[in-house]
Amino acid sequence: MEIKVLHQIMDWNEDVSEEVKASLASHNICMINVMGSPGAGKTSLITSLIGTLKDRFRIGVIEGDIAGQVDAERIAGLGIPTVQLNTDGACHIEAMSIQHILPSLPLDDLDLIFVENIGNLVCPAEFRIGESLRITLLSIPEGDDKVEKYPLMFTDTDCLVLNKYDMLPYFDFDEQRVCSNYGTVNPDAPLFRVSSRSGDGICDLADFIAEKAGNSQS
Amino acid sequence: MHELTITEHLLDHCIQEARSQNASRIRTIRVCIGELRGIVPDCIQIYLDMLSEGTIAEGVRLEAEFLPVKVSCRDCGQEGEITPRHLACPHCGGLNLKILSGKEFYIKSMEVDINGNKSTAPDHGLE
Repeated sequence: MEIKVLHQIMDWNEDVSEEVKASLASHNICMINVMGSPGAGKTSLITSLIGTLKDRFRIGVIEGDIAGQVDAERIAGLGIPTVQLNTDGACHIEAMSIQHILPSLPLDDLDLIFVENIGNLVCPAEFRIGESLRITLLSIPEGDDKVEKYPLMFTDTDCLVLNKYDMLPYFDFDEQRVCSNYGTVNPDAPLFRVSSRSGDGICDLADFIAEKAGNSQS
Repeated sequence: MHELTITEHLLDHCIQEARSQNASRIRTIRVCIGELRGIVPDCIQIYLDMLSEGTIAEGVRLEAEFLPVKVSCRDCGQEGEITPRHLACPHCGGLNLKILSGKEFYIKSMEVDINGNKSTAPDHGLE
């Protein structure tokens, strides 16, 4: 016989995500989920943002990687509290993993936590991790068709960073295509043109984060 | 491959639900998936085959129904359906859309045996 169920499948993760969010709110911490392909420039962007924001906020970082800790070592080298979250092969971070690792950070001494998610445009989009802000990177060399190919990632983000923007003259990247598709699926979220290398555009993005972090702390 | 962890929780919930209804066997799980999501039913089926072994769901079949992306157009005011590959209003071609649905992911129903009675699907006469 048929039995009706009507159960939201992702509730197990969403529930923990809400718990993490509440716990962070009690510490007045804004957590930022940074997502993008491998090589999109997530670590470099976080590094640049730390440079711009460290005078205004006390920052910590959770470095998600399938294996290894090269990125974590790079961030820790800046004198920022950093923990490595290895997923042992899993293609995304889940709220439960964040809940387990948060006590390793000095939560009473932090205002902002950047989480560098696993390099992937598919899986991380499906899992909320207790973040207050979602940042998605798309770098110019990746190509201009990504919004159509990975709609959930670009629909659910709070802002899009076109990274390596200084590379635009060297690639057949149709910026209008990305802007138009992104504006269609996510009309209220801003887009930032950034080069982590030259620093162009970092300040605007940092101000956007600072404003959101200020709101989540008030 | 994010379907593995999803399938674990999906199966746990179904077994729990089946037990609470005194079901002895789960034959079919029916899920609904919005077209915007990156969920691959074939992957879930493969993981179900692995994970259900030795449980009341052994051999369970997944039936997935895809739900369309519905939008309302901020230019012409009409509602319609789009595909993620063609992001424009089906009426006026406008790009100023509000997404109404397409991110769903839920278990709709299960086909089960109760107390050893074989599953029946009387309404549509299949099986």
